[in-house]
Amino acid sequence: MKDAGEDAVVADGLRKRYGGTRALDGFDLRVPEGTVCGLLGPNGAGKTTAVRILSTLLRPDGGRAEVAGLDVARQTRQVRYRIGLLGQHAAVDEILTGRQNLEMFGRLFHLDGRSARRRADELLRQFGLADAAGKPPKQYSGGMRRRLDLAASLILAPQVLFLDEPTTGLDPRNRGEVWESIRTLAAAGTTVLLTTQHLDEADRLADQIAVMDHGRVIAEGTPDRLKSKVGGDRIDLVVRDAAALPAAAELIARVCGAEAETEPELRRISAPVRDRMSVLTEVVRALSDAEITAEDIALRRPTLDEVFLRLTGHRTDEEAAA
Amino acid sequence: MKTTTPAVLGTPPTPVPPATPLSLARWAVLDGWTIARRDLMHWVREPTRILGTLIFPIVFVVLFGYVFGSAMSVPGEGAYREFLMPGMFAQTMMFGIGTTMTAVIADTAAGVTDRFRSMPMAPSAVLTGRSLADIVNSVIDVAILVACGYVVGWRPHGGVAATLAAVGLLLLLRFACVWIGIYLGLVIPSVEASGAVWGLLFPFTMIANTFVAPSQMPNWLGVLAEWNPLSSTVAATRELFGNPGLEEGSWIAGHPVLMAVVWPSVLVVLFFLLSMRRYRRLSR
Ligand SMILES: Nc1ncnc2c1ncn2[C@@H]1O[C@H](COP(=O)(O)OP(=O)(O)O)[C@@H](O)[C@H]1O
Ligand SMILES: [Mg+2]
Repeated sequence: MKDAGEDAVVADGLRKRYGGTRALDGFDLRVPEGTVCGLLGPNGAGKTTAVRILSTLLRPDGGRAEVAGLDVARQTRQVRYRIGLLGQHAAVDEILTGRQNLEMFGRLFHLDGRSARRRADELLRQFGLADAAGKPPKQYSGGMRRRLDLAASLILAPQVLFLDEPTTGLDPRNRGEVWESIRTLAAAGTTVLLTTQHLDEADRLADQIAVMDHGRVIAEGTPDRLKSKVGGDRIDLVVRDAAALPAAAELIARVCGAEAETEPELRRISAPVRDRMSVLTEVVRALSDAEITAEDIALRRPTLDEVFLRLTGHRTDEEAAA
Repeated sequence: MKTTTPAVLGTPPTPVPPATPLSLARWAVLDGWTIARRDLMHWVREPTRILGTLIFPIVFVVLFGYVFGSAMSVPGEGAYREFLMPGMFAQTMMFGIGTTMTAVIADTAAGVTDRFRSMPMAPSAVLTGRSLADIVNSVIDVAILVACGYVVGWRPHGGVAATLAAVGLLLLLRFACVWIGIYLGLVIPSVEASGAVWGLLFPFTMIANTFVAPSQMPNWLGVLAEWNPLSSTVAATRELFGNPGLEEGSWIAGHPVLMAVVWPSVLVVLFFLLSMRRYRRLSR
């Protein structure tokens, strides 16, 4: 564990209740300075609540949090000079132009008029919005709105950037654009805490993933470690003939050295794989030896659901009470 | 902590955080002005938006002034449209509750309120800025309505000072409605719910002396109408504009100017405090 001075985000035993719901229930997290942390969890896990507490929007019922070395509850104003926040929607004014938006936010960060204008122009260029600077976000694409949103969070070049499901609702192209921006920021040394419901998003962006369930972190580690813990990639095999299912399952289990899951109604068999490269050829060879006809065969990353099944023993949509 | 700035972020400026109570106060005012300016720029960029808030009163003037007007009787004597216009002015101020409420809810829904709250700006500025913007908007509303009044034959007869006083009372009512709207906007969870709340509120903008004299209503309704803060402003402006329709039956009807100051002032203080408290509690 790193010592406290090097962690840009520290959460110790954060608790937050809404009536009978424990949104956060002993939430602990440390994000080392200059790294990207992916907070991964299903809907309702408490990701937004955690981000809202860390970004000073919400007071916890218990526990404490530090951001950029400052206590979130007691040094709120100082924290606010050092953070950027992107919520689930692009929080920009729809009627003002892109430039007017950034100038307004700059003024609210207590810049004088000239600095606010200069900074607005610089960020518009930086985020490829110079041509759209005179247009309102209403006329922007989803990705452009997100970029303006991001630019507004970066006016003071914050030490810590919080992103709550930054790509939800974006199409793949715009999602790629946002990923690219996050990567560039991270490479430049900004500490990023982002929430997501998608394992592959966390995998692509994060140095460290914290898996959340029912208000607390249930597993933590690098994407690789987490994946090896849950079995890494998986192979899916669909057989043409349902009668061949048991034989095929046995074959897959032997090749992969792990138990295979069978879904008879889909004629599908799924199993974790260790070595992506060799397993495909081995499976194909074994299938032809056994004269089993495959309809589809594919390697894929585990879904969030499978990660959860491994880590918690329950699926994402099952309640804690179960 | 790291102090060097990544090149990709360009050259971010370093603001000087306010340290003394005086600089905090100065920034609170400037932040409020920045927020207000944002809203005023909306009207500059999309001037047609003003029609949205004025279409209702103009329809009312046509409907009541011309369609129903001939069947209406003015208490005492006088032309119905002379009687009607002060009512229209004040009712438009009252409709401002909806305008303000919608704007506050829209900002919350879009996440703009949260962005403001995550920034080092003065917390009070979000609300004071909104109230400043809405009151400036209302000056424009009143000016347009007065012009409409002139078109349909309404005239102020009370002299410059009395006319300005009447306009002042209208804006005071609007100011109360701004804070009611801000409070409701902070309390109501969604744009959809605001429609229902406005449906509940709407009758209160109608149960008043705007269109007919309370003395012509059933007893209980008449009392309700007389004690509606809107009625005091309507009666006071009728008096100051020198328009017909004054009633002196009850105590409240007999002291319109006094009550047109007292009612909105009480509401401003009440809903200002409620709104500020509610805003602070957003972090709960
Ligand atoms: N303002 C609120 N009022 C009541 N319940 C809430 C509120 N915010 C969150 N919750 C509840 O707390 C839990 C965690 O929510 P949230 O932090 O939004 O999860 P996530 O962002 O991971 O989907 C959920 O069960 C949610 O219903
Ligand atoms: Mg969420």
